[in-house]
Amino acid sequence: MSDIVIRTENLGKCYRIGERERYLALRDLLARAASAPLLMFARKPPSHNGNHRNANRLSGDYSHLWALKETSLEVRQGEVVGLIGRNGAGKSTLLKILSRITKPTTGWAKIHGRVGSLLEVGTGFHPELTGRENIYLSGAILGMTKREIIRKFDEIVAFAEIDKFLSTPVKHYSSGMYVKLAFSVAAHLEPEILLVDEVLAVGDAYFQKKCLGKMGQVSQQGRTILFVSHNMAAVKALCNRAILIKDGVVAASGPVADVVDDYLSGAVQGLNVREWRDPADAPGNESVRACYIRILPAEGKPVIDIDSGAQIEIGFDNFRKNINLSLTIRVTNSEGILVFVSNYRVASDSDSRLGVHHAECRLPEHLLNAGRYSVDLVFVKDQRWALLQLDSVVSFEVENTATGRGASMIVAPGVIRPLLSWAHSLAEECSRPDESPLALSRMENV
Amino acid sequence: MSLATNVTWQSEDVAIDTSISPPSGWLDLNLRELWDYRELLYFFVWRDLKVRYKQTAIGALWAIIQPFLTMLLFSLFFGRLAHIPSNGLPHSVFYYSALLPWIYFSSALHNATNTMVDNQKVITKVYFPRLLLPMAAVISGLVDLAFGFVVFLGMLAYYAIEPGRAILLLPFFLLLAVLTALGVGLWLSALNAIYRDVRYVVPFLIQFWMFASPVAYPSSLVPERWRWLYGLNPMAGVIEGFRWSLTGTGQPPHAMLAVSTAMVLILLAGGVVYFQKMEGVIADVV
Repeated sequence: MSDIVIRTENLGKCYRIGERERYLALRDLLARAASAPLLMFARKPPSHNGNHRNANRLSGDYSHLWALKETSLEVRQGEVVGLIGRNGAGKSTLLKILSRITKPTTGWAKIHGRVGSLLEVGTGFHPELTGRENIYLSGAILGMTKREIIRKFDEIVAFAEIDKFLSTPVKHYSSGMYVKLAFSVAAHLEPEILLVDEVLAVGDAYFQKKCLGKMGQVSQQGRTILFVSHNMAAVKALCNRAILIKDGVVAASGPVADVVDDYLSGAVQGLNVREWRDPADAPGNESVRACYIRILPAEGKPVIDIDSGAQIEIGFDNFRKNINLSLTIRVTNSEGILVFVSNYRVASDSDSRLGVHHAECRLPEHLLNAGRYSVDLVFVKDQRWALLQLDSVVSFEVENTATGRGASMIVAPGVIRPLLSWAHSLAEECSRPDESPLALSRMENV
Repeated sequence: MSLATNVTWQSEDVAIDTSISPPSGWLDLNLRELWDYRELLYFFVWRDLKVRYKQTAIGALWAIIQPFLTMLLFSLFFGRLAHIPSNGLPHSVFYYSALLPWIYFSSALHNATNTMVDNQKVITKVYFPRLLLPMAAVISGLVDLAFGFVVFLGMLAYYAIEPGRAILLLPFFLLLAVLTALGVGLWLSALNAIYRDVRYVVPFLIQFWMFASPVAYPSSLVPERWRWLYGLNPMAGVIEGFRWSLTGTGQPPHAMLAVSTAMVLILLAGGVVYFQKMEGVIADVV
């Protein structure tokens, strides 16, 4: 059993958000100090329940935002842990606290080992300095000693492929070169614990592959990695464990596949049906409001499976008359891959009608492979302007009931599972293997 | 938690234990950590110098031109036209010996004030003791001071002035100048990160401060019994000290120096405490 290298207990972070400008002015401070000197020393701790206003404080009106609330987790040495969750869930805040960039408001954390944080590509780079100088500067800022940088200098340059440009100021680099160099320096950090925040999303596909490869190497060396990403494929490929952060708390923690599925499925119950009875709760705006979206098994079938497909039903309330209205669904699989997009023109002649509409379609059988899928729904005007965008509004599962495909219960790989009609015929019959024309020609060539 | 022994680390340091908790108490100063990060301090100073000299066309010459030209101006207007006494020294030497530490101080303050905001990108992405930044700002000015000093030696030779034994105390006065710049710089850099208009106050502050310091006039202008009060300005002690040790003339500034030194230490201690307290806030606000 490996040792715990990161442990947090009830870690919380509260931000004060200024209502007007974020930057305070000394003159405001002095004005308030002059008018109510004792108020300067009054201190009221913020409370836990959501946001609340706290007027008349020294620094002006502001409200609180608990980016992280009571997060407790443990990471063992050698683990590669994926931190996943929606934008704003608190993942980056957690990483910032563990990187000691910001101090927690509550709780504590203990870390055993040298920490390297990769929260951004190009940390410490100065545009006026040359590539060579920036390698030293950035390496030092990221935590390498001078000796280390000298020792790894050639490797860093080779990985970044910028040998010819070492003496050029970095401000003249193309963005691709910049990213390569920046990542190269960071990739050669050798801390015991590596905290990575979505930096792999930069650069072209070839470079991303390189980076993923390097990260994989690092994890093989026995180092602990905490990895924040929206790329579920990368998370599944690199991590052995995942932690789901939702609204500032740890919602799930465990094997990667389970937690990723949890994240994609959105909530505990099966979310293939979303209905909003009360218009006040329904997502919408002055153009359109959603009423329901249902992904149901095909008629007469108990579940959605590969061989029967699904039925999609969408209900919405339209408030804009005489426009070109269309709706689009986007179906994404559990690896984060967008499988397909389907657009339907509700009204294509500037003749949209007010009122509640119902649209439905059939998701054909033998299209999607087994797995979990997430659906985005967008209402669009003039095929261009998004009126209402509902990301991951509903999700559904395609089962592999293996009827009609033979007895195999193993899920075949691939994003789609088309049923192809194969045809076969015997081109030329012969009685013995060595009599076939192909066999004869082969013997001649020997 | 025990040290993991089943993997050989390639890094050169022993694995360290870090404890993260909400800010508490008055002082959180980790001198050991500052020492560990000394190489980064060197890199910050190196970076500031490299960038500064790459950007200016005149480069290192500015370190000499600035005190020299100011000295000429002062000699003309304060010395010759206003007849302000100069302790028996030639005007140029009198002013230059004070301008050396003064210009160092004012540029160190300027750099220190802006350092947290200018380094915002790095502060919000990587951890290192934030104290390194004002320290680097204050140290990088010493290089310019060194250049100016070389010119001063030339002036001494030209006027055939021998400094006397007091020059041995120069390192002490230099240290005092650095500590003053650091003390005030810590306050300003923390304040500027939080209240963004501080950087606009600083030029005025420095001008005002210059007239309150014995740069353009000798402190002997101040009546004897008020001189200790005058010493509450830490730069008073520093500048008189510089002048005395560099030129060997004038009174050793006893009482005034004692008061100034005490002020420097108080400012520095206060600056460090305030800066440490605000570190947490700065990262969120900068």
